[in-house]
Amino acid sequence: MKIEFYQSPIPSDEILASVKAGPDGAVVLFDGIVRNNTRARQTLYLVYEAYETMALEQMRSLAKEALTKFAVRDVVLVHRLGRLEIGETSVLIAVASAHRGAAFDACRWLIDMLKKTVPIWKKEHFIDGAVWADGEPFPEEIVPNAMPVQLG
Amino acid sequence: MQVQVLYFGVLKDLLRRDREQIDLVGTASVESLLSRIRASQSAPELPWNSLAVAVNQVYAQRDQVLRDGDEVALLPPVSGGSRASERAA
Repeated sequence: MKIEFYQSPIPSDEILASVKAGPDGAVVLFDGIVRNNTRARQTLYLVYEAYETMALEQMRSLAKEALTKFAVRDVVLVHRLGRLEIGETSVLIAVASAHRGAAFDACRWLIDMLKKTVPIWKKEHFIDGAVWADGEPFPEEIVPNAMPVQLG
Repeated sequence: MQVQVLYFGVLKDLLRRDREQIDLVGTASVESLLSRIRASQSAPELPWNSLAVAVNQVYAQRDQVLRDGDEVALLPPVSGGSRASERAA
């Protein structure tokens, strides 16, 4: 299991090579990259920040839960912080498993959970200004009756 | 007693600080600390109901009682991963 933040580019090829092992029949890789626009507004670059110690603990806990819940062999969950250019990898998830079904399911579950519960935030810099991305409302068990309000 | 309060994301920008020490008298909960911060700053339009709170790096409910030295983080909805959430039009 590899859980980490990177301040420099994520070495995707190296990570993919290192996660494969004899018993595996599949590795599913999710490579989340910086898109060049948000709702048709042209993005220049993004800046990610995290509550690092808590985020690492949350990521570790999600990875452990995925191993048990989907019975996969290994999980890599890494995220980049700081300034990212268009096309760079912001999050990389790799799931290794004997069978592809479990690997796909675990990978999808991990990115969905990460986006809802791990304390990481993104500021989008556009040609004409910068805004913090809205984020999704927290799940009910974290914030009961969370309001999907736009934060400035 | 004293707690260390941390602000992240848009909160840090709106409140123009990323942390502060706050003195509390008597028994205080997460909710009473939030009320205190809410009353003392100049951005009352902050959507307090959508924030999560972590005490010592674990998500906490509003009625959790605080203790001296606690680290209390105010967390706006998170936006990690590769793209902004797609909202229904």
